[in-house]
Amino acid sequence: MAACGLHCLKIKHITVAIGDNVLIRDINMHAHCGELTAIIGCNGAGKSTLLKAILGELAHTGSVEFSGHDGAPAEGLRIGYVPQSLKVDGGSPSTVYDMMASLVTKYPIFLPRRPKTVKYIKEHLNKFNAVGLLDKKLGQLSGGELQRVLLATATLPKPDLLVLDEPVSGIDRAGMQLFYKLIVDLKSKLDMVIILVSHDLEFVRNNADHVLLINRGVEATGSAQKVFASAAFRREFPNADFSHKRG
Amino acid sequence: MMDFFLGWWQYEFMRYAFFAILLIMPLFALLGTMVVNNGMAFFSDALGHSSLTGVGVGIILGMSNYKPAMVIFAVVFALLMNKIRHSRLSSTDTVIGVFSSCGVALGLIFMSYKGSFSRYQSLLIGDILSVTRDELVVLAVILPVVALLWVVCFNRFHSISISPELAGSRGIPVRLLDNLFVAVVAVVVMLAIHWVGLLIITAMLILPAAAARHVAKNTRSYLLTALAFGLFSGFFGLWLSYSISVAAGPAIVLISAILYFATFIVREKR
Repeated sequence: MAACGLHCLKIKHITVAIGDNVLIRDINMHAHCGELTAIIGCNGAGKSTLLKAILGELAHTGSVEFSGHDGAPAEGLRIGYVPQSLKVDGGSPSTVYDMMASLVTKYPIFLPRRPKTVKYIKEHLNKFNAVGLLDKKLGQLSGGELQRVLLATATLPKPDLLVLDEPVSGIDRAGMQLFYKLIVDLKSKLDMVIILVSHDLEFVRNNADHVLLINRGVEATGSAQKVFASAAFRREFPNADFSHKRG
Repeated sequence: MMDFFLGWWQYEFMRYAFFAILLIMPLFALLGTMVVNNGMAFFSDALGHSSLTGVGVGIILGMSNYKPAMVIFAVVFALLMNKIRHSRLSSTDTVIGVFSSCGVALGLIFMSYKGSFSRYQSLLIGDILSVTRDELVVLAVILPVVALLWVVCFNRFHSISISPELAGSRGIPVRLLDNLFVAVVAVVVMLAIHWVGLLIITAMLILPAAAARHVAKNTRSYLLTALAFGLFSGFFGLWLSYSISVAAGPAIVLISAILYFATFIVREKR
């Protein structure tokens, strides 16, 4: 399915404050389907807070609007979310199947499995090089495996908006490369808005269509080339050197 | 020999206790699996402590049967504790500690007001042999209700326990279901506290589930194993209490604790 380019997520004047502490202030952003919009910034800049506001997880002022082909608000926005981590410990009995089945079906996961659901989940996991992980416990997955499983979960069924909160650590280089490859594939194949919080500036530089640099408020926005060349970028990432790399 | 194993059946109070265990251990197992998944052991403990305040409120209001006051108070207490727990202004364990000690202090003040504290000491250790026929009927209603709730909502409870944000992004009403869950735990804890006692009610709630976690391969086997462990501990503990004349509640908890450590060793050796 090719991206139509007409679905748009409009984030207007988002501010999140807990008590007197303002976590993010007056953030504006437009993201279109078929495009990868990356949110970058230093630790504590408010990237994850912005994602949580978009998801409706955190109370905020301002608005998040999703409009369809005709510019009118789209009904029933389907969100796929890849969290940074899960709330499971190493002893949790929940498996990959348990997590995915509990999100895609109302048939209780403590009853005998239905072959139809198993097949549906297996086929989808296969697209993410993760079919062998079906019966593995979530707490025993490696960082890379967990990210692939979460990406598979977020895209089952296909969302209108895919929101990815990239983990800061715990994934080896090869795992990260595979994860990025899957995101780029998704972008080209599926018609959806993709928003990624990323710490990998090189990936963002090479793959993002739109970049938002924040530090509580918006510091710079536009194409990757424009943002990476900005004074704000040099101020936020003084040690980053992309002068020799091409986008 | 038969008398050694089945002699207890001739006593009505033992038969009632048997049926009480048949009803309450599955309830505890179902709720316990999710309490353990959500890391809410101390939350349940604080709820148990709040029963003292519930009784105290009932006494102050001059109610002859203070159980309804206990249940209503516990539900309000649980919802309030949940609200502050999610406010992000304090850490969870601090909120639970504050609520727990307030519950105990208030309860003790109310109960000691007219020097009647000793009448309510059974709340501390409980007595499963005191179960009445009417109470069994209440339990027989509550168990299918909770089982039905589990059939309808378990997947969503499970999703929330894995990641509230992920569940929320799929349109699951996280806060509503979270409140529903703590309210159900509050009701069950209050109904059972007379038989189990607030000192060990949390142990009875979480031990079968915690032991099941050591050997479960997935969520399905987690629930089934917790159910089996709960029933086994209940019946074995009851029989033990009859055979060697010890309190039933602690005997049940002790059997569950043995299962917990045994399964821990099994897991470590795998």
